[in-house]
Amino acid sequence: MVPIIIFGLSALITLGAALAVVTNKNILHSAFYLVLAFAGVASLYVLLEAPFIAVVQVLIYIGAIAILIVFAIMLTRRIGSDDLIQRNAQWIWAAMGAAGLFLVLGWIVYSVNWPVVTQIVPEDTITILGQELLSTYVIPFEVASVLLLAALVGSIIIGRERE
Amino acid sequence: MTIPINWYLLVAAGLFSIGLYGVLSRRNAIGILMGIELMLNAVNINLIAFWRYLDPVRMTGQVFAIFVFTVAAAEVAVGLALVIAIYRNRDTIVIEEIDLLKE
Repeated sequence: MVPIIIFGLSALITLGAALAVVTNKNILHSAFYLVLAFAGVASLYVLLEAPFIAVVQVLIYIGAIAILIVFAIMLTRRIGSDDLIQRNAQWIWAAMGAAGLFLVLGWIVYSVNWPVVTQIVPEDTITILGQELLSTYVIPFEVASVLLLAALVGSIIIGRERE
Repeated sequence: MTIPINWYLLVAAGLFSIGLYGVLSRRNAIGILMGIELMLNAVNINLIAFWRYLDPVRMTGQVFAIFVFTVAAAEVAVGLALVIAIYRNRDTIVIEEIDLLKE
Protein backbone atom coordinates (compact mmCIF):
# COMPACT_ATOMS: atom_id res chain seq x y z
CA MET A 1 0.00 0.00 0.00
CA VAL A 2 2.79 2.45 0.93
CA PRO A 3 4.52 2.30 -2.52
CA ILE A 4 1.22 3.12 -4.21
CA ILE A 5 0.73 6.21 -2.02
CA ILE A 6 4.31 7.35 -2.71
CA PHE A 7 3.85 6.69 -6.43
CA GLY A 8 0.63 8.73 -6.47
CA LEU A 9 2.25 11.65 -4.65
CA SER A 10 5.32 11.63 -6.93
CA ALA A 11 3.21 11.41 -10.09
CA LEU A 12 0.95 14.23 -8.86
CA ILE A 13 3.92 16.48 -7.98
CA THR A 14 5.67 15.74 -11.29
CA LEU A 15 2.67 16.35 -13.53
CA GLY A 16 1.42 19.36 -11.53
CA ALA A 17 4.84 21.02 -11.56
CA ALA A 18 5.24 20.25 -15.29
CA LEU A 19 1.88 21.92 -16.01
CA ALA A 20 3.03 24.94 -14.01
CA VAL A 21 6.28 25.00 -16.04
CA VAL A 22 4.47 25.29 -19.36
CA THR A 23 1.64 27.64 -18.25
CA ASN A 24 3.23 30.05 -15.73
CA LYS A 25 3.41 33.65 -16.96
CA ASN A 26 6.68 34.41 -15.18
CA ILE A 27 9.49 32.45 -16.86
CA LEU A 28 11.63 32.52 -13.68
CA HIS A 29 8.84 30.83 -11.68
CA SER A 30 8.64 28.25 -14.49
CA ALA A 31 12.31 27.45 -13.91
CA PHE A 32 11.67 26.87 -10.19
CA TYR A 33 8.70 24.61 -10.97
CA LEU A 34 11.03 22.74 -13.35
CA VAL A 35 13.23 21.88 -10.32
CA LEU A 36 10.14 20.47 -8.56
CA ALA A 37 9.23 18.38 -11.62
CA PHE A 38 12.80 16.98 -11.79
CA ALA A 39 12.61 16.08 -8.07
CA GLY A 40 9.33 14.22 -8.66
CA VAL A 41 10.93 12.24 -11.50
CA ALA A 42 13.87 11.40 -9.19
CA SER A 43 11.47 9.92 -6.61
CA LEU A 44 9.89 7.82 -9.40
CA TYR A 45 13.40 6.44 -10.14
CA VAL A 46 13.79 5.51 -6.46
CA LEU A 47 10.45 3.65 -6.62
CA LEU A 48 11.72 1.82 -9.74
CA GLU A 49 14.76 0.58 -7.71
CA ALA A 50 17.30 2.57 -9.74
CA PRO A 51 19.14 4.52 -7.00
CA PHE A 52 22.10 5.52 -9.21
CA ILE A 53 19.81 7.04 -11.84
CA ALA A 54 17.93 8.93 -9.11
CA VAL A 55 21.16 10.44 -7.74
CA VAL A 56 22.34 11.34 -11.26
CA GLN A 57 18.95 12.98 -11.88
CA VAL A 58 19.39 15.19 -8.82
CA LEU A 59 23.04 15.99 -9.63
CA ILE A 60 22.71 16.70 -13.37
CA TYR A 61 19.15 17.92 -13.84
CA ILE A 62 18.59 19.85 -10.60
CA GLY A 63 22.23 20.70 -9.87
CA ALA A 64 23.38 21.65 -13.36
CA ILE A 65 20.65 22.01 -15.99
CA ALA A 66 18.08 23.87 -13.86
CA ILE A 67 20.75 26.24 -12.49
CA LEU A 68 22.04 26.86 -16.03
CA ILE A 69 18.50 27.73 -17.16
CA VAL A 70 18.08 30.15 -14.23
CA PHE A 71 21.39 31.79 -15.22
CA ALA A 72 20.24 32.20 -18.82
CA ILE A 73 16.93 33.77 -17.66
CA MET A 74 18.83 36.19 -15.42
CA LEU A 75 21.16 37.16 -18.31
CA THR A 76 18.17 37.90 -20.57
CA ARG A 77 16.14 39.55 -17.82
CA ARG A 78 14.04 41.95 -19.89
CA ILE A 79 12.36 38.93 -21.50
CA GLY A 80 11.43 37.40 -18.14
CA SER A 81 9.15 40.20 -16.98
CA ASP A 82 5.52 39.49 -16.11
CA ASP A 83 3.81 41.77 -18.62
CA LEU A 84 5.17 40.00 -21.70
CA ILE A 85 2.77 37.60 -23.43
CA GLN A 86 4.44 34.20 -23.04
CA ARG A 87 2.33 32.04 -25.33
CA ASN A 88 1.94 32.41 -29.05
CA ALA A 89 -1.19 32.65 -31.23
CA GLN A 90 -1.51 28.94 -31.98
CA TRP A 91 -1.41 27.79 -28.33
CA ILE A 92 -4.95 26.35 -28.54
CA TRP A 93 -3.91 24.10 -31.45
CA ALA A 94 -0.79 23.12 -29.51
CA ALA A 95 -2.97 22.15 -26.52
CA MET A 96 -5.30 20.08 -28.70
CA GLY A 97 -2.36 18.36 -30.41
CA ALA A 98 -0.72 17.53 -27.06
CA ALA A 99 -4.03 16.19 -25.66
CA GLY A 100 -4.50 14.05 -28.79
CA LEU A 101 -0.97 12.68 -28.48
CA PHE A 102 -1.65 11.79 -24.82
CA LEU A 103 -4.84 9.92 -25.77
CA VAL A 104 -3.01 7.96 -28.51
CA LEU A 105 -0.11 7.09 -26.16
CA GLY A 106 -2.53 6.07 -23.39
CA TRP A 107 -4.45 3.85 -25.82
CA ILE A 108 -1.18 2.19 -26.92
CA VAL A 109 -0.05 1.67 -23.29
CA TYR A 110 -3.29 -0.12 -22.44
CA SER A 111 -3.70 -2.08 -25.70
CA VAL A 112 -0.21 -3.67 -25.66
CA ASN A 113 0.27 -6.73 -23.47
CA TRP A 114 3.68 -5.95 -21.91
CA PRO A 115 5.79 -9.12 -21.36
CA VAL A 116 6.49 -8.33 -17.69
CA VAL A 117 8.94 -10.72 -16.00
CA THR A 118 8.82 -11.55 -12.29
CA GLN A 119 12.61 -11.50 -11.76
CA ILE A 120 13.81 -9.36 -8.86
CA VAL A 121 16.42 -6.63 -9.26
CA PRO A 122 19.98 -7.84 -8.40
CA GLU A 123 21.47 -6.75 -5.06
CA ASP A 124 24.18 -4.29 -6.10
CA THR A 125 22.98 -2.74 -9.35
CA ILE A 126 25.53 0.08 -9.11
CA THR A 127 28.51 -2.35 -9.19
CA ILE A 128 27.06 -4.24 -12.16
CA LEU A 129 26.28 -0.96 -13.92
CA GLY A 130 29.87 0.26 -13.49
CA GLN A 131 31.31 -3.01 -14.80
CA GLU A 132 28.95 -3.02 -17.80
CA LEU A 133 29.79 0.61 -18.65
CA LEU A 134 33.52 -0.18 -18.81
CA SER A 135 33.24 -3.58 -20.55
CA THR A 136 30.19 -4.15 -22.78
CA TYR A 137 29.37 -0.49 -23.37
CA VAL A 138 32.91 0.96 -23.36
CA ILE A 139 32.77 2.34 -26.93
CA PRO A 140 29.46 4.25 -26.45
CA PHE A 141 30.90 5.47 -23.12
CA GLU A 142 33.96 6.95 -24.87
CA VAL A 143 31.82 8.40 -27.68
CA ALA A 144 29.67 10.13 -25.03
CA SER A 145 32.79 11.73 -23.54
CA VAL A 146 33.81 13.01 -27.01
CA LEU A 147 30.28 14.42 -27.43
CA LEU A 148 30.56 16.24 -24.09
CA LEU A 149 33.95 17.71 -25.08
CA ALA A 150 32.57 18.89 -28.43
CA ALA A 151 29.54 20.48 -26.71
CA LEU A 152 31.85 22.20 -24.19
CA VAL A 153 34.10 23.70 -26.89
CA GLY A 154 31.12 24.58 -29.08
CA SER A 155 29.19 26.40 -26.37
CA ILE A 156 32.28 28.41 -25.36
CA ILE A 157 32.86 29.48 -28.99
CA ILE A 158 29.18 30.34 -29.58
CA GLY A 159 28.76 32.18 -26.28
CA ARG A 160 31.94 34.26 -26.13
CA GLU A 161 32.07 37.97 -26.89
CA ARG A 162 33.32 38.94 -30.37
CA GLU A 163 36.02 41.58 -30.13
CA MET B 1 0.54 -5.41 -4.48
CA THR B 2 3.15 -3.94 -6.82
CA ILE B 3 2.63 -0.96 -9.08
CA PRO B 4 1.73 -2.06 -12.63
CA ILE B 5 4.04 -0.92 -15.46
CA ASN B 6 1.08 0.83 -17.16
CA TRP B 7 0.97 3.50 -14.46
CA TYR B 8 4.59 4.54 -15.05
CA LEU B 9 4.07 4.56 -18.82
CA LEU B 10 0.95 6.69 -18.40
CA VAL B 11 2.79 9.24 -16.19
CA ALA B 12 5.58 9.37 -18.78
CA ALA B 13 3.05 9.87 -21.59
CA GLY B 14 1.46 12.74 -19.65
CA LEU B 15 4.84 14.36 -18.98
CA PHE B 16 5.78 14.04 -22.68
CA SER B 17 2.50 15.63 -23.80
CA ILE B 18 2.89 18.52 -21.33
CA GLY B 19 6.44 19.10 -22.59
CA LEU B 20 5.21 19.02 -26.20
CA TYR B 21 2.58 21.66 -25.36
CA GLY B 22 5.32 23.81 -23.80
CA VAL B 23 7.54 23.50 -26.88
CA LEU B 24 4.72 24.39 -29.27
CA SER B 25 3.10 27.22 -27.29
CA ARG B 26 5.99 29.22 -25.72
CA ARG B 27 7.26 32.40 -27.37
CA ASN B 28 10.38 32.47 -25.21
CA ALA B 29 13.32 30.38 -26.44
CA ILE B 30 14.24 29.39 -22.86
CA GLY B 31 10.63 28.23 -22.30
CA ILE B 32 10.96 25.97 -25.34
CA LEU B 33 14.20 24.51 -23.93
CA MET B 34 12.38 23.77 -20.65
CA GLY B 35 9.68 21.89 -22.59
CA ILE B 36 12.37 19.80 -24.31
CA GLU B 37 13.86 18.94 -20.89
CA LEU B 38 10.43 17.70 -19.70
CA MET B 39 10.13 15.50 -22.82
CA LEU B 40 13.60 13.99 -22.26
CA ASN B 41 12.63 13.23 -18.64
CA ALA B 42 9.51 11.41 -19.85
CA VAL B 43 11.66 9.26 -22.17
CA ASN B 44 13.97 8.40 -19.26
CA ILE B 45 11.04 7.32 -17.05
CA ASN B 46 9.99 4.96 -19.86
CA LEU B 47 13.53 3.54 -20.22
CA ILE B 48 13.88 2.86 -16.48
CA ALA B 49 10.35 1.39 -16.23
CA PHE B 50 11.07 -0.99 -19.14
CA TRP B 51 14.39 -1.97 -17.52
CA ARG B 52 12.70 -2.66 -14.15
CA TYR B 53 9.74 -4.66 -15.48
CA LEU B 54 10.99 -6.35 -18.67
CA ASP B 55 14.73 -7.03 -18.14
CA PRO B 56 16.02 -6.21 -14.63
CA VAL B 57 19.07 -8.51 -14.76
CA ARG B 58 20.94 -6.84 -17.61
CA MET B 59 21.68 -3.13 -17.28
CA THR B 60 20.88 -2.04 -20.85
CA GLY B 61 17.99 0.23 -19.83
CA GLN B 62 20.00 2.08 -17.18
CA VAL B 63 22.99 2.51 -19.52
CA PHE B 64 20.66 3.95 -22.17
CA ALA B 65 19.21 6.37 -19.60
CA ILE B 66 22.74 7.55 -18.70
CA PHE B 67 23.42 8.33 -22.37
CA VAL B 68 20.17 10.30 -22.53
CA PHE B 69 21.41 12.31 -19.51
CA THR B 70 24.69 13.02 -21.31
CA VAL B 71 23.00 14.16 -24.51
CA ALA B 72 20.54 16.32 -22.51
CA ALA B 73 23.41 18.07 -20.70
CA ALA B 74 25.24 18.73 -23.99
CA GLU B 75 22.03 19.93 -25.65
CA VAL B 76 21.13 22.40 -22.90
CA ALA B 77 24.68 23.85 -22.79
CA VAL B 78 24.77 24.48 -26.56
CA GLY B 79 21.12 25.66 -26.61
CA LEU B 80 21.60 28.25 -23.85
CA ALA B 81 24.85 29.48 -25.46
CA LEU B 82 22.88 30.01 -28.70
CA VAL B 83 20.11 31.84 -26.81
CA ILE B 84 22.61 34.18 -25.15
CA ALA B 85 24.45 34.82 -28.45
CA ILE B 86 21.13 35.69 -30.16
CA TYR B 87 20.13 37.93 -27.25
CA ARG B 88 23.44 39.78 -27.52
CA ASN B 89 23.07 40.36 -31.28
CA ARG B 90 19.32 40.98 -31.66
CA ASP B 91 18.32 42.06 -28.12
CA THR B 92 15.42 39.57 -28.05
CA ILE B 93 14.81 35.86 -27.54
CA VAL B 94 11.17 35.88 -28.65
CA ILE B 95 11.09 33.22 -31.34
CA GLU B 96 8.80 35.13 -33.71
CA GLU B 97 11.20 38.09 -33.84
CA ILE B 98 14.20 35.93 -34.75
CA ASP B 99 13.51 35.80 -38.50
CA LEU B 100 16.85 36.68 -40.12
CA LEU B 101 16.53 33.89 -42.70
CA LYS B 102 13.06 35.09 -43.83
CA GLU B 103 14.26 38.48 -45.03
